[in-house]
Amino acid sequence: MVMKFQKTLSGHQLLLQRGDTNTLQINVGRLCNLACRHCHVDAGPGRSEVMDRTTMSDVIDFAGRCRFQMADITGGAPELVPDLAYLLQELRPLVDKLILRTNLVLLLQNRYAPLLDLCKELGVAITASFPSTNANQADSQRGEGVWQDSIAMLNHLNAIGYGLPGSRLELNLVANPTGAFMPVAQCQAEKKFRTDLARKWGIQFTNLFTFANVPLGRFYRWLEQSGNLTHYMDRLAAGFNPATINGLMCRSLISISWDGTLYDCDFNQAADLPYTGEKIHVTSVADLPTGTPIATDDHCYACTAGAGFT
Amino acid sequence: METYYNPTDLEKFGEIGKEAPEMAKKFFDYYASVFAEGELTEREKALIALAVAHAVQCPYCIDAYTSSCLEKGSNQAEMTEAVHVACAIRGGASLVHGVQMMNTCKKVSM
Repeated sequence: MVMKFQKTLSGHQLLLQRGDTNTLQINVGRLCNLACRHCHVDAGPGRSEVMDRTTMSDVIDFAGRCRFQMADITGGAPELVPDLAYLLQELRPLVDKLILRTNLVLLLQNRYAPLLDLCKELGVAITASFPSTNANQADSQRGEGVWQDSIAMLNHLNAIGYGLPGSRLELNLVANPTGAFMPVAQCQAEKKFRTDLARKWGIQFTNLFTFANVPLGRFYRWLEQSGNLTHYMDRLAAGFNPATINGLMCRSLISISWDGTLYDCDFNQAADLPYTGEKIHVTSVADLPTGTPIATDDHCYACTAGAGFT
Repeated sequence: METYYNPTDLEKFGEIGKEAPEMAKKFFDYYASVFAEGELTEREKALIALAVAHAVQCPYCIDAYTSSCLEKGSNQAEMTEAVHVACAIRGGASLVHGVQMMNTCKKVSM
């Protein structure tokens, strides 16, 4: 058993509190076409929770009231949410930067071509899951055939102008480890992915981010079943880096779930640890005071290990 | 079950310094220098270590450098190729000694 995260913070005389909130993250639902083994929200084809248009309107009003620099739409697979285009269009004028997360696979289908056109028109940055340049490793995490489709979609995104040097259309990649091991240092991984993707498939991208897998949801169960849980938690806890606390993304981000409830981050959403400890709907929030304590549990070690999750 | 190799023993490696601590310190300092980024990247050094680990057939080293390779950004295809390099050198080292066999045969044969 690792030391409780809160106790580790106390041991370092650290408090984890909200700073200035500049990012609005919206998890529009648990429905996904994939069921990735590292998924912390347990998203998959069997889930039905998606954000409805009324809640989207509430979120848009909230963005108008609180003014964020950035909005980040995630899921599940956001593409499967019926009114996603409405959310994108209404949020775009309210933020400097709008991000749409994608698993790449759905966008390959013709029916999503209008969504892609809209993203391009609005200058929406696309952030795509791409765990490995190795097909077997990627497919073992995400499902058979996903890697091949991802390569095809990345090629297509480049062809329409995403991810090219100097382009206003950002194409960012997210690489989570394909198992119970720590992520590669971001700068090293970015350099290698850039070289490998360009050399083998002619693919270009803007930036690559590496994040540790968070021990929640389906990933937690996989850790248990595979006998990796204890060792993985020990590695995360042993890697606790007090210098990461100040820059943790939960200090500057607010996360809204498909039903409009507020959380300090997407991981706390999966762990059902709401913002301020009580379930608060987005319609009842006027501001996000600095100094508000961030809810924590042992999954937070994933964001404080090594270079951290900022 | 009792075995000669126990994965948890790897964590006890540092205890080798209880006796002859000066030599242990010199070794571990040297070891850290060897694996630090230099003309070769840490990733490349971990791949070499993985190949050597297979050549010397050290289970501790295979365990440690498999993780290290993954965490330094190598993928499994690259790691498998590194193991083949070790295999080729080991196999080649055996086979090339066949020349000695042929030399001896030539010397003693009519």
